[in-house]
Amino acid sequence: MTHLERIDQIIDKHQAEPSLLIQVLLDIQAENHWLPPEALDRVAERLKVPMARIRHIATFYKAFSLTPKGRHEIHICMGTACHVRGAQRVLSSVEDLLGIRPGETDLELKFTLETVNCLGCCALGPVMEIDGRTHGKITPSQTAEVLKNYE
Amino acid sequence: MSPIQLQIDGRTVHTEAGATVLAAAQKAGISIPTLCHHEKLEPYGACRICTVEVESGGRTRLVAACLYPVEEGLVVRTRSPKVDKIRKVILELLLAHAPDAPALQALAEEYGADRNRYEKEASFCIHCGLCVRYCAEVKKLNAVGFIDRGMRREISFVPEIASQVCWNCKECFPLCPTSALQAAYVLVEGLLGSTRGGNPE
Amino acid sequence: MARFHSPEALESYRKGLLTDRDPNKPCIGLCTGSACQASGSLKVAERIEAELEKQGLKGRVNFRKTGCHGFCERGPMVVIQPEEIAYFQLQPEDVPEILTRTFQEKTIAEKYLYTDPQSGERLVRESEIPFYKFQQRLVFGSNGNIDPKNIDDYLALGGYSALTKALFRMTPEEVLEEVKKSHLRGRGGGGFPTGRKWEESRRAPGEIKYVIVNADEGDPGAYMDRSLLEGNPHSVLEGLIIGAYAVGAQEGFVYVRQEYPLAVENINLAIEQARAYGFLGKDILGSGFDFEVKVHRGAGAFVCGESSALMTALEGRAGEPRPKYIHTAVKGLWDRPSVLNNVETWANVPLIINNGADWFARIGTDRSKGTKIFSLVGKIAHTGLVEVPMGVTLRDIIFKIGGGIPGGKKFKAVQTGGPSGGCLPESLLDLPVGFDELTQAGSMMGSGGMIVMDEDTCMVDVARYFLDFLTDESCGKCVPCREGMRQMLKILTRITQGHGKEGDIERLEELAEVTGEASLCALGRSAPNPLLSTLRYFREEYEAHIREKRCPALSCKALIAYYIDPEKCQACQICFRKCPVMAIDGGKNRIHIIDQDKCTKCGTCFEVCPDRFKAVRKISGQPLPPPLPEEARVIVRGAGKKAQTIE
Repeated sequence: MTHLERIDQIIDKHQAEPSLLIQVLLDIQAENHWLPPEALDRVAERLKVPMARIRHIATFYKAFSLTPKGRHEIHICMGTACHVRGAQRVLSSVEDLLGIRPGETDLELKFTLETVNCLGCCALGPVMEIDGRTHGKITPSQTAEVLKNYE
Repeated sequence: MSPIQLQIDGRTVHTEAGATVLAAAQKAGISIPTLCHHEKLEPYGACRICTVEVESGGRTRLVAACLYPVEEGLVVRTRSPKVDKIRKVILELLLAHAPDAPALQALAEEYGADRNRYEKEASFCIHCGLCVRYCAEVKKLNAVGFIDRGMRREISFVPEIASQVCWNCKECFPLCPTSALQAAYVLVEGLLGSTRGGNPE
Repeated sequence: MARFHSPEALESYRKGLLTDRDPNKPCIGLCTGSACQASGSLKVAERIEAELEKQGLKGRVNFRKTGCHGFCERGPMVVIQPEEIAYFQLQPEDVPEILTRTFQEKTIAEKYLYTDPQSGERLVRESEIPFYKFQQRLVFGSNGNIDPKNIDDYLALGGYSALTKALFRMTPEEVLEEVKKSHLRGRGGGGFPTGRKWEESRRAPGEIKYVIVNADEGDPGAYMDRSLLEGNPHSVLEGLIIGAYAVGAQEGFVYVRQEYPLAVENINLAIEQARAYGFLGKDILGSGFDFEVKVHRGAGAFVCGESSALMTALEGRAGEPRPKYIHTAVKGLWDRPSVLNNVETWANVPLIINNGADWFARIGTDRSKGTKIFSLVGKIAHTGLVEVPMGVTLRDIIFKIGGGIPGGKKFKAVQTGGPSGGCLPESLLDLPVGFDELTQAGSMMGSGGMIVMDEDTCMVDVARYFLDFLTDESCGKCVPCREGMRQMLKILTRITQGHGKEGDIERLEELAEVTGEASLCALGRSAPNPLLSTLRYFREEYEAHIREKRCPALSCKALIAYYIDPEKCQACQICFRKCPVMAIDGGKNRIHIIDQDKCTKCGTCFEVCPDRFKAVRKISGQPLPPPLPEEARVIVRGAGKKAQTIE
């Protein structure tokens, strides 16, 4: 199946319904780890929504990325409970280690760093989640060890 | 449409149900400042400078006149220490972006807004949305839209559409209170270079 | 499974279920809520299944993966029925012993029990444990007895009987009256009387109406809706269908954050199963009432938790709130009457219908009826989800249920209501929790987040943190919120960086006033609350930051310096080796000194200095003592004598 055929399949799954635009984009993002421009053109065409609206949505909502993301997504929880337990220092140490800030991807496309506003694991705060794996009660001094394990 | 009677600044005003406080005031010759309002466009309620005090059912509230629907017996105050303070601070916040914008000068003087109260901000767009809304509602072209949210929100031309339609249109240009729109257009023009159709050069 | 075409068919099936389920047959209930999963409960589940097989217990003992059980600090946890034995903090390797001792030897595996920190007593039964004892888990309690992926578990507990009562023995008006009489108020933050909202929609003109579940729980630190939706999705669904009947809606939506994948999965599954059983669709149970529901995922925007923004997102647009001079109950989704309620609000509805409004109104206080689920997190010994009747004091929740502040630290403040709420100090610990009480004190109930803070928390930084959060989440449409918060954040950041100046507090107060009164939506209007409440109760911290460049909590990086106390340093060299920027001048038998120019204030040295030395200190607002001269740094260790310094 070509890339465009796959996009069409996703659009069809949501009946090309304009009010389901966000659901369509979520599915495209999940599959590609970003929103490629030709996918957005196709969505605009088939759902009959203005490109301006798609671009607003793609930049308004955190789930979407207009640039490709790294192989591993690091999510550091900055929720209030984690904040109070020192999440900012964990974030600073990861920023220093990788040389990128939240929202950025490193040059080798290995890591994308994101902050999230509550993973719902407050008992384990501070929390760093990578590829769905939760590292709880993490301290700044432990971050280097954890990141070393990812290729 | 049933007739409604309300009070604005102590004067009795008559209008119809479904009208906004702003429309009722304008009809009675009472002026309320606006920045994001335009008679050809749906009211937007974003600049908040048309904030007025309204009293009904014993409750006083601060509301945007451009959107608040009139009610029988409503009491409206278009000026008060509270309202004036709100307008002053809003103007000061906007002057940090566009200190020289003509649309803001007279208002700034009237409300005692200090253009230097806040550090200058990089972009002069005040987000009145007139350009975006005009292109969407009147021209139905959506050549310019908003992107992102919060402090990072900006107006942005859609290059593929702007390159086809903007050069010969530019109807939104006179609407911009600060020239931010013109700046944004020059930027996208630069990006498009010679791909624009109908370029007189 | 065949559709039920009548309430009798449902009851007959339910009877069959109960007959088949022996209440005395042992059942292991393992919590598999998201928090326990993060602690490894799925691996424990695998091991339990394997061990049951291995020990030949499969026929004799049931095993159920349940929804969140609330005591998240001590997960993974199991509760073994019918004796209610509760074991905590389990890892896969603990499973064989637990099974052997509990089922083969018919005794208790003592070391996994909860131990009371005061008396040292080991408590066997879940209901004896202080964390649970003082709760009233009317809404949340069923989580422990349900596998959320199995609708039969919900039916076995009486599920969907409220629906049949409503559809067949009550008119929509009577259902409405019952909810009104109960005085149920919204659990999402607004606290608006639910019955009144339903009535407004019912009476509003228009054939097409909607009911919506707001599962966009965005307050950081609050995850009760997630656990409820993951752990007992049918309770929410049943409430929604009853509400639709009362209001006259045929279509419903569940708006869930995409950041909650397990909740999305479980509610989708629940809807599928409910539809298969005939609780959704046309002519539900033969009542003539039609109702369908769809799930919509959020895409990462806190502001979409605001009702009008949520509806805008449901229409497929960027979630910018709309003015609500006309309530969304009258003109909401697609400009039609729409009842939007929070997950927990919907989950209360079946209880009210089954037990009656009077029963509900007897719980709680005068103006806040029923129970509330709080997420008790932060600097608290027993982090988790707790459900208490309204009117219980903050002190009881934090100390009796929550076990107080860990590490011997002193309580400083409790933050409720998320970014729209405020911080309450020690002097208000005896405040009973209720909508109006919390609002009058300068905070609010909000969705139920309760974040405990101790002496190490800087309250100016808390205000800055919430403004940072809100400026990121603001939709940016209106000036007071976008620009007002921008400036407030700038000022607060400057203050925490040691550049505060006279007049800053006044400027903050002016901005707070305008943002709070002129913003378009509740996000902007409530944004100043954390700032205003911390100014109200902790003003001296702001003044210390501005005038003395001192952070009393020793937290703001720019205002503290890490210092190694020469009297305490034993040159163990741990900090010397761990410092990520090699800012420590150390070595064998030499008192270590931190080079302040290189120090990045990461706090690693403070973290790793052994407890028996506690040589690293934080200093703020005063100059550092001059560094020791070289000769004074040598530590002489005599044979058998403690190390001492040479002057």
